[in-house]
Amino acid sequence: MSYRIVNKKPLNSFVTMMDIEAPLVAKKAQPGQFIILRVDDDGERIPLTVAGYDREAGTVRIIFQIVGATTAALNRKNSGDFISDFVGPLGNATDLEGRKKVCIVGGGVGCAIALPVAQKLHEMGCEVHSIIGFRNRELVILEKEFSEASAKLTLMTDDGSAGRKGLVTEPLKEALESRENYDEVIAIGPLVMMKFVVATTRPFGVKTTVSMNPIMIDGTGMCGGCRLTVGGKTKFACVDGPDFDGFEVDFEEAMNRSNIYSDFERHAYEKDCNLFRKEVE
Amino acid sequence: MPNMDPKKNPMPTQSPGVRAHNFEEVALGYSPDTALQEAARCLNCKNMPCVAGCPVNVQIPQFIQKVKEGDFEGAYQIISESSSLPAVCGRVCPQENQCERKCVRGIKGEPVGIGRLERFVADWHNDHNPDSVSPVESNGHRVAVVGSGPSGLACAGDLAKKGYEVTVFEALHVPGGVLVYGIPEFRLPKQIVRKEVETLKKLGVKIETNVVIGKTLTVDELFEMGYEAVFIGSGAGLPRFMGIPGESLKGVYSANEYLTRSNLMKAYRSDSATPIQSAKRVAVVGGGNVAMDAARTALRLGAEKVYIVYRRSMDELPARKEEVEHAMEEGIEFRLLCNPNEVLGYFNPDDKRDPKNGTVIGLRCVRMELGEEDSTGRRSAVEIPDSQFDLDVDCVIMSIGTSPNPLIKSTTDGLKVNQKGGIVVDERGLTSRPNVYAGGDAVTGAATVILAMGAGKTAAKAIDEALT
Repeated sequence: MSYRIVNKKPLNSFVTMMDIEAPLVAKKAQPGQFIILRVDDDGERIPLTVAGYDREAGTVRIIFQIVGATTAALNRKNSGDFISDFVGPLGNATDLEGRKKVCIVGGGVGCAIALPVAQKLHEMGCEVHSIIGFRNRELVILEKEFSEASAKLTLMTDDGSAGRKGLVTEPLKEALESRENYDEVIAIGPLVMMKFVVATTRPFGVKTTVSMNPIMIDGTGMCGGCRLTVGGKTKFACVDGPDFDGFEVDFEEAMNRSNIYSDFERHAYEKDCNLFRKEVE
Repeated sequence: MPNMDPKKNPMPTQSPGVRAHNFEEVALGYSPDTALQEAARCLNCKNMPCVAGCPVNVQIPQFIQKVKEGDFEGAYQIISESSSLPAVCGRVCPQENQCERKCVRGIKGEPVGIGRLERFVADWHNDHNPDSVSPVESNGHRVAVVGSGPSGLACAGDLAKKGYEVTVFEALHVPGGVLVYGIPEFRLPKQIVRKEVETLKKLGVKIETNVVIGKTLTVDELFEMGYEAVFIGSGAGLPRFMGIPGESLKGVYSANEYLTRSNLMKAYRSDSATPIQSAKRVAVVGGGNVAMDAARTALRLGAEKVYIVYRRSMDELPARKEEVEHAMEEGIEFRLLCNPNEVLGYFNPDDKRDPKNGTVIGLRCVRMELGEEDSTGRRSAVEIPDSQFDLDVDCVIMSIGTSPNPLIKSTTDGLKVNQKGGIVVDERGLTSRPNVYAGGDAVTGAATVILAMGAGKTAAKAIDEALT
């Protein structure tokens, strides 16, 4: 079985968007869910969160950052090419029912995953405030799309080359201090960002949901590789998540587990492609 | 005259020193001469106690009779009347607890090597008579099978032979289930699984990979698509952990993850895109077949020292006897009557960025002794006070069982599960939902290939009776 890439578009030098023909997945996918793909036979299985879907066209949108051998191989494919495997939708959809006012915090390529959540909330009539953060202007993605789905959008860059200079937690803290009565804060981005978002919201007691993206193999509740500790209990991101209560997640442990294979990844990647340097959000 | 040698003809194997460093099959199989000699040990008992010991009732004395006559193909035909996967079962069945346990020859010596003969016959057939199967004329009925492990393949095969249009839905990218992701190459070459799957395809069975039932499609949608019955053989689920400190350190794996990386994703090959930790000293916690597979895989991936840590004694060890013997020959050290209570991790207080932070440096255990029999009839293991000791390891593999996968039960209304989460079925394999059948580990929890296969066959028979 193989799956056709019907559209490919680079969003910046490190981030690419693709629409993949997978009608069964497109029919069911919801914001917050993920898919697992293999680029070619003997390839690695990697999880990517669903960045969008077109139920009628039968396509699923993925947006990925080129960080390792597999994402580099995927990025070498073009529109009209095929990838070997594409399975999903996996995990649970983000629970959005009944929300009136939500703050979406996205970091780096995590914004690609946050966008469908923002769009869905917007469609449901919820007031969406989005805070999206990037390293610099060159890495900014999806600004227009976010602005269309948000009542209020704050763009942050580390160096101030676009939007406001600083971290996403700064405007978040200001909003909470000025008594924006959010039903929920949804944070999607690097682990360290989500950890600090949680540290920011905790004193205010605002429900904070984080989207975890640990290492996985099968993604269906078989291997146990994606386990994390939530509220002192072992949970599996693939079947129990990927969204969890941010106040309960053990981020130190998750960050430790996330770099298990960083040496292997680096070697595989450098061997595979010397053109890029790993870009950490 | 029967051959009255009290011992089985030994199974030729790769020598332990060599095989501990490769992934090729350990047991090499009987030659035709050895098979003839072993078959001659069968007394052809009238009451056939061995058949009663087989979960799928292979007509054992009959097939062995054919072997005696040198009619190996005839022997294969007899086995395949009852078993869908003879080349697999000949390799992975726990014969010592089944057919061979009931063998009369076992009273005063070793039983007839029934498993070895089954394997010989199946391999002989595969080498000499590539299957010339072709689809049976359709009876117009469509059946969906969830999962392509032993229960699903057996169910699909039996139904296809009766003319059913069968589609098997597999979540992973290759069919075979545990035969592919779980059981290692050195115990069950994947070539054999591929061949079994090819045979099913020739029978007309369709296999759809990358479809997760409960996610991509639900059981109810399968009925909407026109399937008249559904068999759920989705296998065991989430790996269990002990709930002790340190289980999330880098270097702690579930056996499922460790084996999946090596077997399914081929991490044992240097050119694999999927990584696996190359540990030097490994402790595998548990005493089942999966634990043996993980331990022997670790050895082959280059570990210098591998321990099996099991809380009961050798007598209670649930693994297949041959696997335990092979593991011992290969130098795996059994630390019996031991139970871990903490995985020890490395933390450099002076350098938070030390890449070794959060990695495994040991397994803290206590010694155990056997106490009273518990409700299952097994003697419970009781901790000996002040007996704590540390094993110096850099990798720990938890192989203490699984709990059922929640995906199907949470998306199928009216599907009854038991306290442990296993799907409840009657003796025909029928669940609480009409026309939905189930079998294998999804029902029983982690068990054996042959029991799963038997459940698939039982359900196939019930489906056939219900639909025609």
